[in-house]
Amino acid sequence: MHGRPRRPDKPEDAAAAEAKAAKLRDLQTQVLRNHHSRTYTKEALGLSFKLLEINPEAYTAWNYRKLAFQHNLGELSEPEAVKSAIDDELRVVEIALRQNPKSYGAWYHRKWLLNRKLAPVDFKREFGLLDKLLKVDARNFHGWNYRRFLARFMGVPEEEELKYTMDKISDNFSNYSAWHNRSILLSNLLGKQSKGFESKQKIFSEEFELVTQALFTDPSDQSGWFYHLWLLAQTSSPENPQLIASWPSDGAKLSLYLVWETDDEKNAPSSLSSICCYSLKEGIFPIVLYFNEPVKGLSSSSACLNSDLVVGKNIQWRPLSVTDSGHSNCWVTYLEVSNLEYSSLRQFLVEVSITNSDEIVSRSGSNYNCPMHFSFTFELSNADSTAQGSDPIHDLISWDCSESLPSHVNPSCIRFEQLKITSALVHEESNWHLERLSDEIELFRELPDDNSKFAKLTLARLLLACAAIKSRGTSLVERRGYCEEALGLFNDLIHLDPSHKRYYEDERSLVLMDQLTCDTEAFRKYCSVKVLPNLAPLNRVQLCKLSLTRIGFAERLLWVQMLDLGHNNLRSIEGLEALQQLVCLNLSNNQISSFIALEPLTKIISLKVLDLSSNEIGTHPIDTTRYIFPSPFSHKVEACEAFEECRKKNINVEEFWDAILFFKHANLVQLCLKGNAVANKENFRTLVVALNPSLKWLDGACIH
Amino acid sequence: MGDGRELAAEKHVRYIVTVEKKKDSFESLVMEHIRLNGAYWGLTTLDLLHKLDAVEPDEVIQWIMSCYHPESGGFGGNVGHDAHVLYTLSAVQVLCLFDRLDALDVDKVADYIAGLQNDDGSFSGDIWGEVDTRFSYIAICTLSLLHRLHKINVQKAVDYIVSCKNLDGGFGAMPGGESHAGQIFCCVGALAITGSLHHVDRDLLGWWLCERQCKEGGLNGRPEKLADVCYSWWVLSSLIMIDRVHWIDKDKLAKFILNCQDKENGGISDRPDNAVDIYHTYFGVAGLSLMEYPGVKPMDPAYALPLDVVNRIFLRKEH
Repeated sequence: MHGRPRRPDKPEDAAAAEAKAAKLRDLQTQVLRNHHSRTYTKEALGLSFKLLEINPEAYTAWNYRKLAFQHNLGELSEPEAVKSAIDDELRVVEIALRQNPKSYGAWYHRKWLLNRKLAPVDFKREFGLLDKLLKVDARNFHGWNYRRFLARFMGVPEEEELKYTMDKISDNFSNYSAWHNRSILLSNLLGKQSKGFESKQKIFSEEFELVTQALFTDPSDQSGWFYHLWLLAQTSSPENPQLIASWPSDGAKLSLYLVWETDDEKNAPSSLSSICCYSLKEGIFPIVLYFNEPVKGLSSSSACLNSDLVVGKNIQWRPLSVTDSGHSNCWVTYLEVSNLEYSSLRQFLVEVSITNSDEIVSRSGSNYNCPMHFSFTFELSNADSTAQGSDPIHDLISWDCSESLPSHVNPSCIRFEQLKITSALVHEESNWHLERLSDEIELFRELPDDNSKFAKLTLARLLLACAAIKSRGTSLVERRGYCEEALGLFNDLIHLDPSHKRYYEDERSLVLMDQLTCDTEAFRKYCSVKVLPNLAPLNRVQLCKLSLTRIGFAERLLWVQMLDLGHNNLRSIEGLEALQQLVCLNLSNNQISSFIALEPLTKIISLKVLDLSSNEIGTHPIDTTRYIFPSPFSHKVEACEAFEECRKKNINVEEFWDAILFFKHANLVQLCLKGNAVANKENFRTLVVALNPSLKWLDGACIH
Repeated sequence: MGDGRELAAEKHVRYIVTVEKKKDSFESLVMEHIRLNGAYWGLTTLDLLHKLDAVEPDEVIQWIMSCYHPESGGFGGNVGHDAHVLYTLSAVQVLCLFDRLDALDVDKVADYIAGLQNDDGSFSGDIWGEVDTRFSYIAICTLSLLHRLHKINVQKAVDYIVSCKNLDGGFGAMPGGESHAGQIFCCVGALAITGSLHHVDRDLLGWWLCERQCKEGGLNGRPEKLADVCYSWWVLSSLIMIDRVHWIDKDKLAKFILNCQDKENGGISDRPDNAVDIYHTYFGVAGLSLMEYPGVKPMDPAYALPLDVVNRIFLRKEH
């Protein structure tokens, strides 16, 4: 019941209602009886008509009429009689639609009749009916669906339908349904390169003008918002996927610090080194490729590795994504180095060539068309011979946010070649885009209403799109000014539109990460090396107390080994899976609310130290990441053996399934969980210890 | 929320139990053909309010099974009405509430649903062939609850849903159809259950969905439409599935829903001071459940059942 006022029953109404109800009850009973006894007489059909007139939603009555129509059709031979039978049905539909213009059953009955193609369709009547209905309610989506059905049915050219959307928009800018249909038709016409639609540039220029005009008429009317955003996305993103970063970077000279098992230690030569590579313990060394959008199709032929290390071996690239879509921004392959003779202190050269290949394609189906070659060298060094035990993270690692960057480390000794960002090697013909966007920026700056949230939001988006185009293929520093202006706008929006505060905070978080990392000189303030006993210095980045809510631009952090994100407002850490060098991660004092939200960390083999203290794990009964990451509810995790093992240990699987899945894939040495609701649950500590055989430190205490 | 606008849980329970008995009013008769949906709305609300014991399970199950068509394997909306997937899902959901899927010939029901998949991956609602992404969701949800998802071509089903994606990140009833919050729930729900949410642009759709919140706090289903309590469910559940629910103002929405209660006679309406019905009572309580309202059981956003019921189905030992 929609839009009916609440009021007490009056006695006189009650009597009328009783009579009305009795009639309806009677009709329903009789129609069902006729349906079950397959009585298709004129009189019986008349009853079903009466029922549908009162209640067009009575779906079984529509089914009954279809059966009756089919049955009676067999007895009709004259085309006129067939036509008249069809007309009867069409009339019933029209009367039902008068009662309820959104009746699914009525609309489908009409489509069903037309689809039978028993008689020529009177299109004038059909479009006339639609015009009448859309005049009463220009947003009736049943009507629009029927219009698309008719247009296809009778082969109306899409150009014609595009004109119709223009008519409707001219009648009233505030017609989201018409804008929507316009986007569908334009996409088709541009895709087919129909006559007059060959130039995306020309079409989008005109569309920008049209929608901007609508937006300026009333910036608070949402009808044009999404259309504008769609145009912007079409204009600012490159047509083809691009490689924007890699680890190691081009020309890098690495010295890998091996972490050997105790047995090997005695034979180890002592040597200084710059990169401590924990996955070497597992005998593998990651190479990471990062694209500007998710791609699929990386293989040993499309992304070729050339090195003494891989002769005769089959290289497999794996998507570093938390879903199994096959598409990912980030791809990794692991070189096997476990069999290397470390005593031979030789250099290994690795060359990576990505060919101009049809194999690497984006979600939208465009292929990678920018051949790319880079190389790096590494030599193997070895652990300091004083190291004891099999795992070098022996001592408790403390995270001290207030500990500013260690002054004893001279920043110049940091090997910042890792900071070099192999961004965007493509120079696109983007002049038109830039001009178009600059025009739009000017327009929105001039919008008289200073407090229009849409104007501010659009301006921020335009600036960021501009930044992306300008910095493509050149220096990322160019982004800085745009980021700063956008940050100001998002700060305004947070106050202007507090209901959507956290949307703007999430957007601001990405811009903030962009701004912090786009300028190498400025970024140095957040970077340092951390010296730990028995270890090569770790490349550290500290991004604390910045109100970050989510991670962006992970491609600029691929070299980071120790990352401190403490005291932010992080809800999500998606993106961190690309950091294949990461050994220590501090997420304390954030808003992580479940173990499933930590799924990206299960992709980082090298991760040993994780501080999750003072988050919200276990606080919320509804887990908002339950479906974006693999779980038993999305059929991406089989009711696995881990559950079975836990049941044997009397662990409550229904309660702790997400912890079980997370720890199954983690290989942590240090973990801190205090300050989370889940940590107070009975037996939770025992469970964590049982699930993490490699764990040495839990909540700051040694567990052995 | 302590400003006198509390959830009148007991009143709502009484309303649901009495509405069930008032079969002869005009309003009940107009809804007669969807009584099985009504049973799902009412009983799920009772369960969310910890009052499922207000009904006699055997009686309910007996009535549910009297809507079953053994020859096809589908359920009708009421005794004597034709089989359709819309009511088959409700029947399966109600049986899940009572943990009584054993009452079904599971393979027969699953075959009924699977038999309605078309070559392009879409689903018809019944033998008459109406196609709609609502039916894709229903098919996928029902088969998943029955552990029979393998009976359909999941890849094709997903591809069809993706072909209904629009410029605004939302989904329509069919390719080219306009985005609508109810339809978005169906498509996002189907993609969630099949582990295919990577097809959704979460930021784009999240922004569209969070802009459904109107000034008065309630949610609408499409741009420039009025707020309505039922969208509390369609929009909230979609936002949760894509992890963007924090983008709306929950307190304002909770107030809007609570303002739509009939505090005297129980029940919740579409907008403040309108007539209540079982449909909006369910969607109001379900919306509060998704916002972790105290005293209401948490709900699963994809299967539209209480979380403990869904966890039982997918984490229980025998499966």
